[in-house]
Amino acid sequence: MKNRLSKWRLMSVFAALALVLSGCGEPFLSTLTPAGEVAYQQYDLMILSTVIMVAVIVVVTIIFVLAITRFRRKKGEEDKIPKQVEGSHTLEIVWTVIPIVLLLILAVPTVIMTFDQADVKAMDEEPNEEGVRDALVVNVRASLYWWEFEYPDYGVITSQELVVPTDQKVYFNLIASDVKHSFWIPAAGGKMDTNTDNVNKFWLEFDSEKADEANNLFYGKCAELCGPSHALMDFKVETKSQEDFQAWLNAMQSAEEVAPADTAAAQGQQIFEQSCLSCHAVTPQDGRPEQARLAPNLATFGERSRIAGILDHNEEELKNWIRDPEQYKPGNKMTGTYQELSEEELDQLASYLMSLKVEEK
Amino acid sequence: MNADEKYTPQTWPEGPERATLEGKNKFLGFWFFLGGETVLFASLFATYIALKDKVPSPDHALAKDLFELPLVFVMTMLLLTSSLTSVYAMYHLKNYDFKKMQLWLVITVLLGLGFLGCEIYEFVHYYHAFDHTFTSSAFGSAFYTLTGFHGAHVIFGLAWFIALIVRNAGRGLNLYNAPKFYVASLYWHFIDVVWVFIFTVVYLMGMVG
Amino acid sequence: MSTIAQKRGFASTIWDYLTTVDHKKIAILYLIAGGFFFLLGGIEAMLIRIQLAVPNNDFVSAGFYNELLTMHGTTMIFLAAMPLLLGFMNAIMPLQIGARDVAFPFINALGFWLFFFGGVFLNLSWFLGGAPDAGWTSYASLSLASEGHGIDFYALGLQISGFGTLMGGINFLVTIINMRAPGMTYMRMPLFTWTTFVASALILFAFPPLTASIFMLTFDRMFGANFFNVAAGGNTIIWEHFFWIFGHPEVYILILPAFGIFSEIFATFSRKRLFGYSSMVFATVLIGFLGFMVWAHHMFTVGLGPVANAIFAVATMAIAVPTGIKIFNWLLTIWGGSIKFTVPMIYAVAFIPSFVMGGVTGVMQAAAPADYQYHDSYFIVAHFHYVIVGGVVLALLAGTHFYWPKMFGTMLSEKIGKFTFFFFFVGFHLTFFVQHFLGLMGMPRRVWTFLPGQGLDTGNLVSSVGAAFMAIGVVSLLVNIVITTMKNERVGNDPWGDGRTLEWALPSPAPFYNFKQLPLVRGLDAYWLEKMEGKDTLTPAEPIGDIHMPNPSFVPVVISFGLFVAAFGAMYQVDDKPWAIPVLIIGLAITFGAMLYRSIKDDHGFHIHKEDLMEDDDDNKGVKA
Repeated sequence: MKNRLSKWRLMSVFAALALVLSGCGEPFLSTLTPAGEVAYQQYDLMILSTVIMVAVIVVVTIIFVLAITRFRRKKGEEDKIPKQVEGSHTLEIVWTVIPIVLLLILAVPTVIMTFDQADVKAMDEEPNEEGVRDALVVNVRASLYWWEFEYPDYGVITSQELVVPTDQKVYFNLIASDVKHSFWIPAAGGKMDTNTDNVNKFWLEFDSEKADEANNLFYGKCAELCGPSHALMDFKVETKSQEDFQAWLNAMQSAEEVAPADTAAAQGQQIFEQSCLSCHAVTPQDGRPEQARLAPNLATFGERSRIAGILDHNEEELKNWIRDPEQYKPGNKMTGTYQELSEEELDQLASYLMSLKVEEK
Repeated sequence: MNADEKYTPQTWPEGPERATLEGKNKFLGFWFFLGGETVLFASLFATYIALKDKVPSPDHALAKDLFELPLVFVMTMLLLTSSLTSVYAMYHLKNYDFKKMQLWLVITVLLGLGFLGCEIYEFVHYYHAFDHTFTSSAFGSAFYTLTGFHGAHVIFGLAWFIALIVRNAGRGLNLYNAPKFYVASLYWHFIDVVWVFIFTVVYLMGMVG
Repeated sequence: MSTIAQKRGFASTIWDYLTTVDHKKIAILYLIAGGFFFLLGGIEAMLIRIQLAVPNNDFVSAGFYNELLTMHGTTMIFLAAMPLLLGFMNAIMPLQIGARDVAFPFINALGFWLFFFGGVFLNLSWFLGGAPDAGWTSYASLSLASEGHGIDFYALGLQISGFGTLMGGINFLVTIINMRAPGMTYMRMPLFTWTTFVASALILFAFPPLTASIFMLTFDRMFGANFFNVAAGGNTIIWEHFFWIFGHPEVYILILPAFGIFSEIFATFSRKRLFGYSSMVFATVLIGFLGFMVWAHHMFTVGLGPVANAIFAVATMAIAVPTGIKIFNWLLTIWGGSIKFTVPMIYAVAFIPSFVMGGVTGVMQAAAPADYQYHDSYFIVAHFHYVIVGGVVLALLAGTHFYWPKMFGTMLSEKIGKFTFFFFFVGFHLTFFVQHFLGLMGMPRRVWTFLPGQGLDTGNLVSSVGAAFMAIGVVSLLVNIVITTMKNERVGNDPWGDGRTLEWALPSPAPFYNFKQLPLVRGLDAYWLEKMEGKDTLTPAEPIGDIHMPNPSFVPVVISFGLFVAAFGAMYQVDDKPWAIPVLIIGLAITFGAMLYRSIKDDHGFHIHKEDLMEDDDDNKGVKA
């Protein structure tokens, strides 16, 4: 398999070079820089279909160019009546059968991969006595315009930044809490819709080498129009080695509410408790039902790479965001749910939020 | 053709509904229209099947609680009979017997009104006895939309028949209005066929659970 | 009746068009209304591309952007492409089969006015609190959550115009079956007529699911129903299924007539019979049939499961076969011909590679696992614009140039036409080719903006520049129309010199009764056969006699207007406005009252007498056949 893959990848380089564009996009985002088993398979299928289709285009183009150059109506031929041909059975059969063969070549791997990628049997295995399954399962819940990631076997919840181990299958339960969204990590594999009606299941895998190339941080997107800020409903995927991931899980499981380090942060905590705590939790073990979890869990806020999924991660942007979320994410559900804060209060709140960490970095 | 031409049973053509180009077009076009209507009702049936017994909480009435055979049986009989009487009417149309055709059409309309009365009673009953309404659940929406669309077709069909009966009462049959009568009766048969499916899919299958 | 050509006042011309039941005038109405909506949709597209030209742009707000993208798609599909095609069908198809009119002239007019009032209603949303903003697909969870009346405008507007389209479809089906001239067998019908036939059948069977689902959406939003309300037991996936059971055939409703137009153009300007006519007909029917079997390929990521996905993947691939047959038959039509590169032919020739590129990306998407990546990304946007712009819009532009003389009696300028073509074609590829790669590089579709640093900046800028080119092309077409209309150089029956089908035997424009004597059709390309025998008129199938014509009627406008009024009532009763329910009732009363009036008032039409026809011969030397 691998050999064949690399050949196809060469072909793709050739195809991409034909572009006016530079390369294949960014390694943390592009489907053309696949970073895991699912993405590899899909990439191979893309390349296989592209090769077949480019061949078709080439054939059509050759006939086409020959036809329009050779059979122009030339000077002096104004009255020429070409032979009125009815058709040709042989030709009709030829251009019926050849496409069918080409399509079969494409159809076989399509069907195999469709079933392979839908195989989530591992999710239904019996958990051990601690309630933990062999397979790593993450519950993804999409809301206007943020993402919640719950590790049900470990009782851990985080938001906006999904943390996954490399080189192992990660299984997802997907659902939306308000309107339909779609969960897409382009570099790791295709998307799956988060419906409001039912839980969808699929799996992805993250290759450690490729993750390194992407600095262990992939971009995720919402791929289904969900409202004004659909374009801004980004999330991030942090990849860790399996040991680091286990350590992270342990830290998350045992994490306690962060005690403020200084008076500013302590003041900030007070403001937070008055204005924010009814929606945002600050510990990863949030026992409330999901209907009550109205906003992203902020237990790891200080460790994130982005604020609200889109802004640079610093206190200045954080204060901007809290001052007027509407300006950055139109239609979000946070605007207007808390009273206006003074600049001093914003400073205190920001320093408190930035101190929310589970692992020291 | 001269539309006002007077006929006798002897000169009246074999297929009066298709004796003129206009009639032929109307006949074919209406069949196509019924084809589209079939797809419309198929969509509503599919929706009903998908949403049957889908209610927000367990205290809502389900299909097996709601439906009772006697009433629905009477409704079915009324509508099936009305379809038969409209066939009689068309039989007399072909024989150029205007009076008898009108009579059978009037009977058809009366039977249709009977059906409509039963349906209204049925809906009111569901509301009072079960609080089963259009807005109470997805099941309710799907049920009332399917049966309501059918009911609206019945109303339209009755209005159509009445308009034709009244309009042509004074002047008898000709090749201009024969296709109109014929097409209206086609519509009525279609309504009947849809009801047979509603009877089976909604009521019979609903009662067995 | 010969006085029909006399100059009349402006008001009476308007009245004439408001009451017309003549398929050629209805065609012009479709062309004007569809053209207007096409420009509107084009302006929306330009605003979209300006917004996306650079990252983090705030040229338009996020909410407004969603309205733009929704209205661009809805307008282009329902109010521009389809009506424009219906316009060409009206203008040409009855002439091609040798008919004096369509089967239901009154319903033909009604179809237009329903479309028109539906389209106007939908676009009034811009001025009455905001346009729909849930995408042209209007997926249920979002469309129920959408605030304001935007989605209500969408549902009611499309419902009204959808009724109109449905009537148009039935009308064409019956026309083609019942109204063909003597000798015009099914297998002698020009391909444009065939594609009209199949597209009409698709309209007949594809629109009712849309009607049903729009009713459900209307009931949910305006009357408290719970079809898509998950909390009350509803299911939003039902909407997706119905939308695509309609939506996929809709694509073929658009592309098949486009294929028909190109088939006529290829044969005409290659001066050669269409290669493999019977397999072309077969392929058309097969595409129409398969078009109903593949809707779920729009829903590969919905989670229908691997069995459904695999079946629909393979079924979708199957459509490539008949489409391929068509492409190769066109190539072989050109092959060995004597090609004249007129503007329509240039469009037709450019269509082949453009459409093939759109088609092959379609097959690529049929491979379900790969589609998990393409789905709802800019790759899809590129694909369907390649199919619809590279197929349908090129056909509309080609058809405009090709049939303009037949509709208006004057030619569009070939010089400006080539200018239009150049800018439009270059702009089209510039805009959409790069979007394939934007999608592959991780850009979801329907995004209001994008952040810098994701490798998406250059591609989007290129795309926006391309859009400007397309705009220049469209503007130059308008200039062309104005200039040539001012000049108004009249042309004869066969201005291209190579016309093959019946319409080119008639004067340009055709007299209102089309054929003085119905023609006798002796084979495919009936007019060409006569020309080859040295004649320039058709063989008549009947002696000159009285012609029966339908009366004009204002009732179609009234019926449509009633629904337009009722829609306002239905929409505003949500806000508890006291006048809303009365308005709803009044509107419906107008509609049903007008229908009743139509039903009970005898309308036998009128006859053009033989003597007048003979007289016409002297006034209008062009009347042949």
